Amino acid sequence: MKTTANRIEVSIGSALEYLDLVQTLTDCVTTFMGFDDDTAHWIGMSVRETVTNAIQHGNKLDQTKKVEIRFDVASDQLEISVKDQGSGFQVDNLPNPLDPENLLKPSGRGIFYIRSFMDEVEFRPLSRGGMEVHMVKKVGSN
Amino acid sequence: MKIENRTVGDVHILDVSGKIMLGEGTMAVRNSVRELLKNGTKKIILNLGDVNYIDSSGIGELVSSFTTVTNQGGQLKLLNLTKKIQELLAITKLLTVFQVYDSEQAAVASF
Repeated sequence: MKTTANRIEVSIGSALEYLDLVQTLTDCVTTFMGFDDDTAHWIGMSVRETVTNAIQHGNKLDQTKKVEIRFDVASDQLEISVKDQGSGFQVDNLPNPLDPENLLKPSGRGIFYIRSFMDEVEFRPLSRGGMEVHMVKKVGSN
Repeated sequence: MKIENRTVGDVHILDVSGKIMLGEGTMAVRNSVRELLKNGTKKIILNLGDVNYIDSSGIGELVSSFTTVTNQGGQLKLLNLTKKIQELLAITKLLTVFQVYDSEQAAVASF
């Protein structure tokens, strides 16, 4: 299928106050693309979780560091990239929240949710430092 | 977000509405539950029927409140889960942890 992509990019400071702005932008993009309400909700939550991680754990709330969010809109899918300027992390080392010893931990579920609701999720270390989380949601998938 | 506290017999029901998200929302739940514990309350129901958004921090706060109450010899149960909260709890196996009710009467009677 031939698609024409349109790119929307935004760069924010590392402050949690920007989360609502990013959420609103994500909601606008998913509405524009015609995702159903439930799918749009889970995409919005996935972006919010990713940007929260980038601000808190990546950039450690350092206001001099930026989080870059990019939406690539195509007729058949939405690609989302979130880049931080932190020191990165090993995604394979994250504890599994479903393990019995982790079930009652108060944190550690964000990435699990992102992987559950998006069709593709990749964690890419950036050569300049920091991490990129690259996510894809196909149009028509639940 | 808003939390209202009411009692049915010796059971305290926290009616939560709005968003339970990182920051203000999670702190409000935490503070309300801890306030009840401080006052000696052992039977707590969180009514989540009017919660229109919850994130992973909000789910974490439900878990944290549950363990805090349990560790102090109390019980915390959930009432009126929305479809989205139910899904978030289900995929992280937390429906096996919480006692969940659709009826307030049944929730109150379960203590």
